[in-house]
Amino acid sequence: MSALKRKTVKALGAGVALAVCLGLNFPASQAAETASADVGVAAMRRLTPEQYANIIEEVFGPSIELGGRFEPELRVENLNELGSGRLSMSSLGMSQFDSMARSIAAQVVSEKSRDIMIPCKPVAANGPDDACATKFLSHAGGLLFRRPLTAGELQSYVQAAHAASVTAKDFYTGLSLTLGAVLSSPQFLFRQAVVEPDPESRGQFRLDAYSKATRLSFFLWNAMPDAALLAAAEKGELNSKKGIEKQVTRMLAAHRLEDGVRAFFADMLQLDGLASLAKDATLYPKFDAMVARDAREQTLRTIVDLLVEHRGDYRDLFTARKTFLTQALASVYRIPLVNEAPNGSQDFWQPYELPEGDPRAGILTELSFVALNSHPGRSSPTLRGKALREVILCQKVPAPPAAVNFSIVQDTSNPVYRTARARLTAHAVNPVCAGCHKLIDPMGLALENFDGSGAFRTTENDVALDTSGSLDGVKFTNAAELGKVVRDNPATTSCVVQRLVSYGLGRAPVEKEHVWVDGLKAAFIKDGHVIPDLMRRIATSPEFFRAEPRIAEVTKASLN
Amino acid sequence: MTTHTRRNVLRGVVGGSAVTVGLPFLDCFLNNNGNALAATGAALPVCFGHWIQALGFNPGMWVPKKIGAGYENNVQLKLFDPIRDKINIFSGMKYFLDGRPHETHTSTVQIATTGSVFDSGPIGPSLDSKIADVIGTRTRFRSLEVAYDGSRQSWSRRSGTSINPSEGSPAALYKRIFGPEFKDPNAAEFTPDPLVLARKGVLSAVTDQRTSLMKQVGAGDKARLDEFFTSIREIENQLELQLQKPSPMLACHVPKSQDEAKPDALVDDMEVNSKIMANLLAYAMACGQTRVFNTWLGAQQWRRRGSSYTWHSSTHEESIDPALGYQKVVYDFITEANEMFVDFVRILDSVKEGDGTLLDRTLVLWQTDHGDARTHSLEEIPIMTAGNAGGRMKSGLHVSAPGEACTRVGLTVQQIMGVPLNTWGTRSNETTKTFNEIMA
Repeated sequence: MSALKRKTVKALGAGVALAVCLGLNFPASQAAETASADVGVAAMRRLTPEQYANIIEEVFGPSIELGGRFEPELRVENLNELGSGRLSMSSLGMSQFDSMARSIAAQVVSEKSRDIMIPCKPVAANGPDDACATKFLSHAGGLLFRRPLTAGELQSYVQAAHAASVTAKDFYTGLSLTLGAVLSSPQFLFRQAVVEPDPESRGQFRLDAYSKATRLSFFLWNAMPDAALLAAAEKGELNSKKGIEKQVTRMLAAHRLEDGVRAFFADMLQLDGLASLAKDATLYPKFDAMVARDAREQTLRTIVDLLVEHRGDYRDLFTARKTFLTQALASVYRIPLVNEAPNGSQDFWQPYELPEGDPRAGILTELSFVALNSHPGRSSPTLRGKALREVILCQKVPAPPAAVNFSIVQDTSNPVYRTARARLTAHAVNPVCAGCHKLIDPMGLALENFDGSGAFRTTENDVALDTSGSLDGVKFTNAAELGKVVRDNPATTSCVVQRLVSYGLGRAPVEKEHVWVDGLKAAFIKDGHVIPDLMRRIATSPEFFRAEPRIAEVTKASLN
Repeated sequence: MTTHTRRNVLRGVVGGSAVTVGLPFLDCFLNNNGNALAATGAALPVCFGHWIQALGFNPGMWVPKKIGAGYENNVQLKLFDPIRDKINIFSGMKYFLDGRPHETHTSTVQIATTGSVFDSGPIGPSLDSKIADVIGTRTRFRSLEVAYDGSRQSWSRRSGTSINPSEGSPAALYKRIFGPEFKDPNAAEFTPDPLVLARKGVLSAVTDQRTSLMKQVGAGDKARLDEFFTSIREIENQLELQLQKPSPMLACHVPKSQDEAKPDALVDDMEVNSKIMANLLAYAMACGQTRVFNTWLGAQQWRRRGSSYTWHSSTHEESIDPALGYQKVVYDFITEANEMFVDFVRILDSVKEGDGTLLDRTLVLWQTDHGDARTHSLEEIPIMTAGNAGGRMKSGLHVSAPGEACTRVGLTVQQIMGVPLNTWGTRSNETTKTFNEIMA
């Protein structure tokens, strides 16, 4: 447990479609159907599974088991974080959250934990004690809601604890059920965005101090605000530029910045797909769930090492030869890795540097990209090219035409078209398909050196692979060179800025914010493409905390 | 019997302490035929299920020649012969995109489930959700969603922001339905749990905040909060039901617990999963736990061990066999999925409830995404229904409606299930016409 976590617990103890032309991702397509949000509005965001788990660990310690499952997330405009601003709660989802809440609450007030977690003892254990319940619920509730409870909220929960303790004839049972209710409340499960008039900019509206604290902490740490940030909110320090800068500086220096960077790139690169990625066990016997899990970790370790530890250039992710491997990953990559683990553990992570000139370089050649964007039993230049356009370059591939015959596309037994390039070339003579395929095939074909599991190969059906092509007019001959071309493509830089801003705001920037985003892009380039510096610029911008008056007016009206 | 109604027996029982109540045995509650509750004389409740099986049928191989009753199944549906009189087949109908982008395998299922294609704007509820509003409010589960491929994919939704995810794990589904919170409706004794009452009480602390929270948010979030509090209300309803002695269900039988599913989409595993899921759903209904379900086959990812092709990729990449005149691999996948549907219908029909069966009081709507998946066609869409909806629907018919909107079946089904609407769908998918020939 980190010092910060110990402190908190102690405190508690005292407290496409190319199915595009080819087909295929039903869940992603399903996400695309979701309605557009009201742009500019600071929408509530539902906690992601990772954020939920982080908060529970932060508040109650790492020994608490969640004991449940989460509803699937919703990817909107390529980010789950944007989906979290659209999702509500289904009946099944609520029942799962309710079940988890009761399980967590029971552990917190269990005989084993109550002396640490609950800052008081009831006068009598077989009935209600409002004073003790108030003390516990105001403290725990304040942490879970990321702000102090209102008088009305506290009164409701204390009354509920009272009634439940009477019914159950047990103080702790009543308290446990009430804590479960707190954990099932919208104030906990959704990150609220309360808006108030901005006194420094007449006619403008901004988030209130606690909402600012929440936005900052989830953006930079993917976690709830810590005690210092909540204290700054309470004192009103987050309403000044100086106060914001002080907190952002502190947070960027903290080790937990790594968690924030990991969360953002896991979302942007859609690494959640690896959790359910399965390959055919006959064709790819080395690829299993552990390899898929390691593939995610490899990419995130590469990212953190380059972008956080070394404050490197974001674009170098696409050419980096330094990475990290486990024995299981090395086996799939066909890299002979000497096991340096002290005890020979297969889970040991070792830094590894690919030799100069190796066609494998950069995260596009890692399993998290090439295996993720493949079929269960073969590679897919189309899926890979589409992912590169949409995920890395933020370019939308047009929807596919209807009534197209695909028979020739990837008939791998066809004696004439023995490679994916030959099959796709034959397919793309159809002018209706050709437009899409020109956009995505060249990059995907450059990655044909990696089979459906991500293993390196030089031939397909005994024919040498031709991995040459061009991206927006710049030519390359293999995957490593593709990485260099992607690195130097202006869209690569522009895309990460756009995604990070959307991720932080919980929505795509509206038109009037484009000037701000353009300024961020220019500064990002000037700063040397350093991600923590970009996060600082975003997090210290007044625009980051602004909200449209539509929501604010409602709030204002309710206050009058 | 008039003095032993459920309410009279239970009234005043839960007063903060657990009381074991001896209740009359189930034959006191059912009529002599076992198909109605004797206390009220009401028929056993109707159930509804939506079965979505993507990737259509092989063109030219499924439409029966004869229209109406007594038709002969075409070659692809020969295996439906044993259940021919239990189902209806609809042919000739279309999905209309009205110029909107064609998200293959998605836009059409949107139409099948909601009557509309959504490229922007709010997403309406799926028809199962509207039906659950009518028939699913007094059961432990408003609806149950399952996916045979182990995924959480689902087309059931209250809105675009409140999707009802599928249960892909037979073990988890079993636990959810028949786990510790399951109360056997036929148990002779019933003990209301005071902790359930306490749980219901503390949830009021959450709902107390509704008004103040609503004041803080804009219109979009208001709708989301509304959905959130609807879900909370459903938990409260479930708790309320746990405080009442459930109505006895003659055919209720608790299946054996289930092992975890294999995390893959191999056809062999799907067959195992399908039987387990079908049994669990059947007994969930037979035991009065739900009256609405959704089944998603997840067919597009189905594959055979050692093959690099899924069912979906085969539809696009398999050549038409020149001798046979159709895609053989695809044909086999469709046959296997159809066998699962036949098995499912027969399982429902095997649950005897007095003179009738569970299938008799159920309406299963079978829909798909494309007529010919090979070309993503929007025409000649196969649709089926199974069961008799408690005597409200006829079966054994082939209905042909060339060029008409598929939504016509959806409207008919919703009306049969009691949803108060005269029109359904938008733009070219809007219809006010029902298929009166299947309405009893």
